Amino acid sequence: MDHYVAWFLLICPLAATIAILLGWHKQPSHAIFASIGSSVLCFLIALTVFAGWVPAPKSFMWIDLPGLQVDFSMILDPLSKGMLLVVTGVGMLVHIFSYGYMEHDPGKGRFFGGLSIFMFSMTGIVLSSNLIMLFIFWEGVGFSSYLLVGFWYERESAAQAANKAFVCNRLADFGFMTGILLFWFLMGTVSVEPNVLAGVYAQHALPWMGSILDNHSVLAASAPSASVATQLGVHANPVLLAIMVVGLFCGCIGKSAMFPLHVWLPDAMEGPTPVSALIHAATMVAAGVYMLCRVFPLLLLSDAGMTVIASIGCLTAVMAALIAVQQNDIKRILAYSTLSQLGYMVMAVGCYAPDAAMFHLTTHAFFKALLFLAAGSVIHALHDEQDIWKMGGLLRKIPLTGITFLIGMLALSGVPPFAGFFSKDYLLSLCFARSPFFYTVGVFTAFLTAFYMTRLVVIAFFGPARTKAAEHPHESPWHMTTPLVILAVLSCIGGFIGLKPYYNGWSTSVVHTINFVTPFPVGEPSLFMEMILPMCVVLLGIGCAWALYHDAQTDPLEGGLFRVLANKFYFDDIYDTYVVGTQQLVARSFAWIDSWIIDGLIIRGAAYVCVGFGELLRLFQTGNLQAYAYVFTLGGLILIYFTLFH
Amino acid sequence: MQITLNDYLFVAGTLFAIGLFGVLMRRNLLIIYMSLEMMLQAANLTFVAFSRFNHHMEGQVFVFFVITVAAAEVAVGLALIVALYRLKQTTTVRDLTKLKF
Amino acid sequence: MQPLFFWIFSIGMILCALAVVFNRNAVASALCFTFAICFMAGLFVMLSAFFLAAVQILVTAGAVMVLFLFIIMLLDLSAMEHAPRHWIWMAFSGLLALAFLALIGKTLATLPAMAEPPASYQSQAQVTAFGKTVDQNISQSRIDKGDDTHRIGRLLFATKPAPGETWESFTSYVAPFEITSLLILVATIGIIVLCKQEERPRPHHREEISREAPPVPPVREDREAALKT
Repeated sequence: MDHYVAWFLLICPLAATIAILLGWHKQPSHAIFASIGSSVLCFLIALTVFAGWVPAPKSFMWIDLPGLQVDFSMILDPLSKGMLLVVTGVGMLVHIFSYGYMEHDPGKGRFFGGLSIFMFSMTGIVLSSNLIMLFIFWEGVGFSSYLLVGFWYERESAAQAANKAFVCNRLADFGFMTGILLFWFLMGTVSVEPNVLAGVYAQHALPWMGSILDNHSVLAASAPSASVATQLGVHANPVLLAIMVVGLFCGCIGKSAMFPLHVWLPDAMEGPTPVSALIHAATMVAAGVYMLCRVFPLLLLSDAGMTVIASIGCLTAVMAALIAVQQNDIKRILAYSTLSQLGYMVMAVGCYAPDAAMFHLTTHAFFKALLFLAAGSVIHALHDEQDIWKMGGLLRKIPLTGITFLIGMLALSGVPPFAGFFSKDYLLSLCFARSPFFYTVGVFTAFLTAFYMTRLVVIAFFGPARTKAAEHPHESPWHMTTPLVILAVLSCIGGFIGLKPYYNGWSTSVVHTINFVTPFPVGEPSLFMEMILPMCVVLLGIGCAWALYHDAQTDPLEGGLFRVLANKFYFDDIYDTYVVGTQQLVARSFAWIDSWIIDGLIIRGAAYVCVGFGELLRLFQTGNLQAYAYVFTLGGLILIYFTLFH
Repeated sequence: MQITLNDYLFVAGTLFAIGLFGVLMRRNLLIIYMSLEMMLQAANLTFVAFSRFNHHMEGQVFVFFVITVAAAEVAVGLALIVALYRLKQTTTVRDLTKLKF
Repeated sequence: MQPLFFWIFSIGMILCALAVVFNRNAVASALCFTFAICFMAGLFVMLSAFFLAAVQILVTAGAVMVLFLFIIMLLDLSAMEHAPRHWIWMAFSGLLALAFLALIGKTLATLPAMAEPPASYQSQAQVTAFGKTVDQNISQSRIDKGDDTHRIGRLLFATKPAPGETWESFTSYVAPFEITSLLILVATIGIIVLCKQEERPRPHHREEISREAPPVPPVREDREAALKT
């Protein structure tokens, strides 16, 4: 029995989804019961898994071919256990919050069905042991994101946002699939179990990669021997390895919304706020980072690939932070903030520090979910008002929501002793070891983060109420504020509860197994770098924002640069003109070719030629007997002539 | 002058050609049939000439059979023409265009 | 004398054949054909095929052409006598016939001219053997006796060799003969079936025999209507 318990982590949400699909979506109370029940059950099972009372479950063989073995099994190592707790815990809290938030929505049965299938797919990503299985669940979260972002499908903007999210994901999944296929091609396996990856790394690591292996043969023995590449005589040269790494990273670009496919995440705020909290802050967008950490030994095989990863992460972080400075929708600001923090995590992975990335992912899940749920509570209180310039003075009116929001904001900015301080500064110090450039940009982004979050809080929660509606908000009921309180508590103690040594322990064990040594000298960052400088920068940011927005009625920052920021660097417009426009042009020309040349000329043309020949041959059938006899005799004479005389 | 085999064959050929001309040109079904009969007789003449000049009797035996079968065939053909006449009230071959597409 | 008779008979036959083809009157065509057959019988006699000459006159001229004349007179052919000729079609058909004749001539020109053998088969007969030499049969005087009729008869009806003849040199055409007779029987039955007309309703009792004329077959005026069927 022990060996099957862990499968219930997947079976429960799946059962809830199927039940809701088959009819319970019309009976909301049943749907809510199924969905929330399954999420609570999953959290409890995750706790037992984390405690080590439940072993890895029995695996089921799916594809068993000579060159490819794919099975349904789970990995339960520290990385997946930690992520599992985050996913199921935050998921459970969001489920409970949604009970209150979606109370008046007629489609809440459908909503909980979408949440359930999301939980199923996300848990599957966390637990899957090979890239094929992961890819299936990857698509599953993309699909459920589509369902939930486009939940209010009557709204044109929501439907289009759902499409945009799905298309961006799909585009990135093409690169992801290329990476997976190249991985299989070069290494002969798709499994991402730690020992298999260690063996793969041992097989393909070259001396210049900076690893010194004395257990090379032992590790190499656990690697699959016959891959297609070795059979074809193709060696894993640096170019192919770089392409593989970038391919796998493409999956992360789509799912975690890196530049240039970041455009879908802000628009995905069209979905209900619990969706934004769960999917687009805490879990789904973190799946990309989780996947990178999972295949980390593979990423080590290509230094160029790692540089690409770090650069894109860095660029996304600073670009998103700049855009957030000029946004006016509370959820948009939080969305760009998510983008920025994801950039941090990806940059950390690119700087050979996956434990920092996972630490920041966990703390980010806490306070970002808190911020989104609190924003949802604010929106609920003000009857669906999202523009911060129409709020004001909420801290006095709805104190519980306000205080939790404030805690979340401080955690996000990196103010001690909240969780964000520990994770962000640890991350930045490890990035300094890789390159001071990344560190500098990271610190600047921290300044901007503090700036725009303080701006948000000052405008929305302090000062006088700016509109009539803002004067009479009502506090949310207990089942909506309880998750806020729980998450606020986690944001406070997140730095202390042992996440950092937990993930550090996992990461060092991976590194020691494969005997990896970074290709650059790692110096110890000074205390000044690690703690003092970022804190000063954060306080500077808070101070600037307070000074600028303290009593402002409108945004004092005007001008060219800020308008560019407010228009999100015109990315959407560029994409619309060039990408969508070009694609439409190509599609239209192909449609023309299809209807005129293929359909008209070739198919109908061939048909008309046949009919024409038939009409021509018809002229021979005159019905005149003597004409037939004439032709018959003529033919006979010609035959005789040629037989006799040639 | 000696009458050679070639002369008899040429005469038979001429008869055949005239019969062919008749089949192609005449519009009355009966005259066409008669011309067809003429082509058969030309073949008979060829057979007898060859039989005589090659010194064997099989040619004549064959002509015997050909005449017999030709007679039977003419009888049946004329019965058919009569039946056709009863149906269509015409013996002009140009009016029989059921084979026209 | 021989060339003269040959020319008379052959030219006569050719002229009669041309008359068959070019005559507008159907009865005249049939009669000319009969004469052509008679001329051909003369040619057969010149080729020592006496029996066949007689058969030709009896059967073809006597039976077949008479049947033709019966049918010509049964069907009404007066309309075609005044139909216009199609000159183009005549030209093309004539060209084809001339082409055929040219082919025959060209073929004959390549063959050596075989001279006519002696007048009868009596002295150097090869009655049945195909390709057997002359000398081998000279001694068989009993076999040699008899003209072509005799020999045709023996070929058609003999079921065992003649006395003095061996089985190896024996052929018989009895089987085709019997099959031909069967064919004529079948043809006869076929003709009767084909020419059957529907039964006219007959009165059964004497009292109902009327003096009215029986129904007549469809008349000439319906021809256009019938043509459209």
